[in-house]
Amino acid sequence: MCNMHVLEGERVTRYFGGLAAVSNVDFYVDRGEIVGLIGPNGAGKTTLFNLISAAITLKSGVIRFKGEKISGLRPCRICKKGIARTFQSVKVFPGMSVLENVLLGSLFGAPAKLSRADARAEASSLLEFAGLSEMKTVPAGDLTLASQKRLEVARALATRPELLLLDELMAGLNPTEIAGAMELISKIRDRGVTVFMVEHVMRAMMCICGRIIVLHHGEKIAEGTPQEIAASKTVIDVYLGEQVYAGNQ
Amino acid sequence: MNISTVLTKRSVVGGLVILILLIIFITLPLYAPAYTVILLTAIFMYIVLTVSWALFSGPTGYMSLAPAAFFGVGIYTAAILGMKLPLIVVIVCGGFFSFFLALLVGALTLRLRGIYFAIFTFGLVMLIAYLLLFWELHVTGTRGRFVIAVGHNTVYYIMYGNLVILLIVAVFVRRSKFGLALRSIGENEDAAAHTGVNVTLVKIVTFAISAFFIGTAGAVMATRWTYIDPFIAFNPLFSFMPVLMAIFGGTGQLWGPIIGAAIFAYLEEFLITRFPYYYMLIFGIILVIAILYMPKGLVGLIQKWRKGGGVV
Amino acid sequence: MIMKIVDVLICGLLLGGIYALIAVGLSLQYGVARVLNISHGELIMLGAFGTWSLYTFFDINPLISLVICGPVLFLAGFALHKTLFKSLLKSSGSIGAFEGSSLLACFGLLFIIQNIAITSWGADIKGYSYLSVPVNLGGAIFAANRLVTLAFAVGIGITFYLFLARTRLGKAIRAAAQDPAAAGLMGVNINHVLALCFGFGALMAGFAGVLLSMCYPVKATMGLEYTIIAIIVVVLGGLGSIPGSFIGGFILGIIGSIVSYIEPSLSLAAYYIIFILLLLVKPTGIMGK
Ligand SMILES: Nc1ncnc2c1ncn2[C@@H]1O[C@H](COP(=O)(O)OP(=O)(O)OP(=O)(O)O)[C@@H](O)[C@H]1O
Ligand SMILES: [Mg+2]
Repeated sequence: MCNMHVLEGERVTRYFGGLAAVSNVDFYVDRGEIVGLIGPNGAGKTTLFNLISAAITLKSGVIRFKGEKISGLRPCRICKKGIARTFQSVKVFPGMSVLENVLLGSLFGAPAKLSRADARAEASSLLEFAGLSEMKTVPAGDLTLASQKRLEVARALATRPELLLLDELMAGLNPTEIAGAMELISKIRDRGVTVFMVEHVMRAMMCICGRIIVLHHGEKIAEGTPQEIAASKTVIDVYLGEQVYAGNQ
Repeated sequence: MNISTVLTKRSVVGGLVILILLIIFITLPLYAPAYTVILLTAIFMYIVLTVSWALFSGPTGYMSLAPAAFFGVGIYTAAILGMKLPLIVVIVCGGFFSFFLALLVGALTLRLRGIYFAIFTFGLVMLIAYLLLFWELHVTGTRGRFVIAVGHNTVYYIMYGNLVILLIVAVFVRRSKFGLALRSIGENEDAAAHTGVNVTLVKIVTFAISAFFIGTAGAVMATRWTYIDPFIAFNPLFSFMPVLMAIFGGTGQLWGPIIGAAIFAYLEEFLITRFPYYYMLIFGIILVIAILYMPKGLVGLIQKWRKGGGVV
Repeated sequence: MIMKIVDVLICGLLLGGIYALIAVGLSLQYGVARVLNISHGELIMLGAFGTWSLYTFFDINPLISLVICGPVLFLAGFALHKTLFKSLLKSSGSIGAFEGSSLLACFGLLFIIQNIAITSWGADIKGYSYLSVPVNLGGAIFAANRLVTLAFAVGIGITFYLFLARTRLGKAIRAAAQDPAAAGLMGVNINHVLALCFGFGALMAGFAGVLLSMCYPVKATMGLEYTIIAIIVVVLGGLGSIPGSFIGGFILGIIGSIVSYIEPSLSLAAYYIIFILLLLVKPTGIMGK
């Protein structure tokens, strides 16, 4: 198969009560890409990530990973297959040390079984990668928000993913931290991990994404290169307009 | 360098203490009066209940009030099979029946979070008790049962063996990657699931292992009580006690529940026959005080005190 | 046969009224203050013993006890929240942690109250006879006190419902139940409201205890059974919903009276079965969202 996508979804739909949080969305992500997912608050971005990672169940449509249907699997199976994620509202293990947080990923999330020593070594090197090696023994709950977000990335990478879902990694960070996060994302791509990310920081998205998908009221309203998205009338109407405005304040 | 020598020194001392305790408890029935042996059996029983409870509920934060159900299953197993099979087989059966009950209950209910899990497990204890009562009244036409009595040294040794095996299992769980997974579930279950932990499996298996030891403890104790009925066997106190003892001791370290259980079991032995109501009253007061002023139990208190000492 | 059915149904309604009243109190305490008050039944027991003592020693009419025991228990509940639960709330990191630690604290209260009661009133069954004259209700015979109980239970329930729906304080309580953070922002003194709720829960328990003592024997260890019934009704009716508590109470009362008619020893077992099935199928209750 020449055109097999790493991740693809067909007519992905999820209702909450009468509300269509995600409706009939077709999407794909190719190997090595950084794909951005944008849309106003409540557009259904997090819900789409939750559907991919099986945090919530998919009611109709299908999601395939490397050509294999993954909808219906449990979260831990999805993780083992090679999809890792971070959370919009950070979910570290606050009482466990930073190293233990990452170690858990190496021990349980990786598709291959690692010995304890190997897992520990890998966790340490990932902490270095994420710039957290000084804090190994600190309880994760004591870290700053920016560090907790980096920790989530390190923990996700410890599961040796092929695809990483990043849900608003930059939200709540200051400009320096945002620059750091952007650098981290390019480094992740350089490791050969495909990235699918949600972000409200438009400038960052325009810089690092190869392709952007726009959701609005649960529907996909546009898709294309950053330049195409920036030029699209529909997108500017529903989304970019207010964002640019808000960003200039 | 310095730290590692201190650590090894500490672990050598710790190992020696454990060895000495092991020997003392093994040889105890040879020279101690029967009364001491019986008292220690009761203390061991409470330690088994409490450490088992803390094995699952400590790290995961799921507050189980099911111990009395598993304990009761052990007791009734001993009562029903006691006449027909060798003692050890009966006791292991008690453990396994509890184990399977826990698998079933766990599969059904461990998706209930927080308070619902606590009240569900409590309801389970009462449901079994009432159904058993009905069964005895209307099907077998009896009320209660007699259990064959066994010498108290035998009871002591079996309970002791049970405790030692449980402690080995508990140490192993704490140190293994399984223990790490359990803690991650307590810290953030969603994150654990998305980091590859099969949360359902880990929870159910641990719940069942903890039930196994509670069941064996019940089967052993049944032989000491000689007469049982549904409300003796499925007494909700056997759910509350381990929770209190574990909270009082603190679940952060393995020795927390052990110390908590030992203290209360000792207190109970002295107070319950003479002042049963005052005992329960004191029990309640200590519970409230412990929750208010030492939420991490004795363990937390000692750690805080040590840290404070270090700084000053 | 028809007669028998009517009989059983009316019996169920009489029982259900009391169950509903007990549940309203617990529902308020858990639904708003987030305390699953496992010692709720002990407050009921205190109300019942208070009434019994007042009747036996001072010859005070049980209906007058309503306005004595109720307020006393209200103050006790209010004070309990202002001290114990408030500091637990402060020291707990999350609402989940608070629910766990407050549940344990309530277990402690259960043991404390129950054993104080045993040491002061004894462990045996007490009772008195008030309005036990038979009344003919469409052919079925009931004691007058049970009808009075039902009337008061329903009256208290409706009054309380109107209080929540119509008054300023009632609205503040409902706001706190919906969203404590937002209610705090809107100028509601949240700690005060929570303490009031806990007090009202205790008040309901007190009323229920007074009414219960008119029809049933009183015992220091009677509390837990009523607590469990209250929990079941609350789960059945949906947390924090007063109409839900009433519907749940009557449903459970009727089921209880049907099961008792068929096989008295199974009525509590039946409650647990309903409870367990409910938790598995729809933990939010019949009126829950
Ligand atoms: N578990 C849930 N139950 C009910 N409704 C939900 C649930 N999760 C999300 N929703 C609703 O679905 C819609 C989409 O939410 P979602 O979190 O996916 O938005 P989002 O695009 O991630 O927004 P944001 O930019 O604010 O993170 C929202 O209206 C939200 O209220
Ligand atoms: Mg989102």
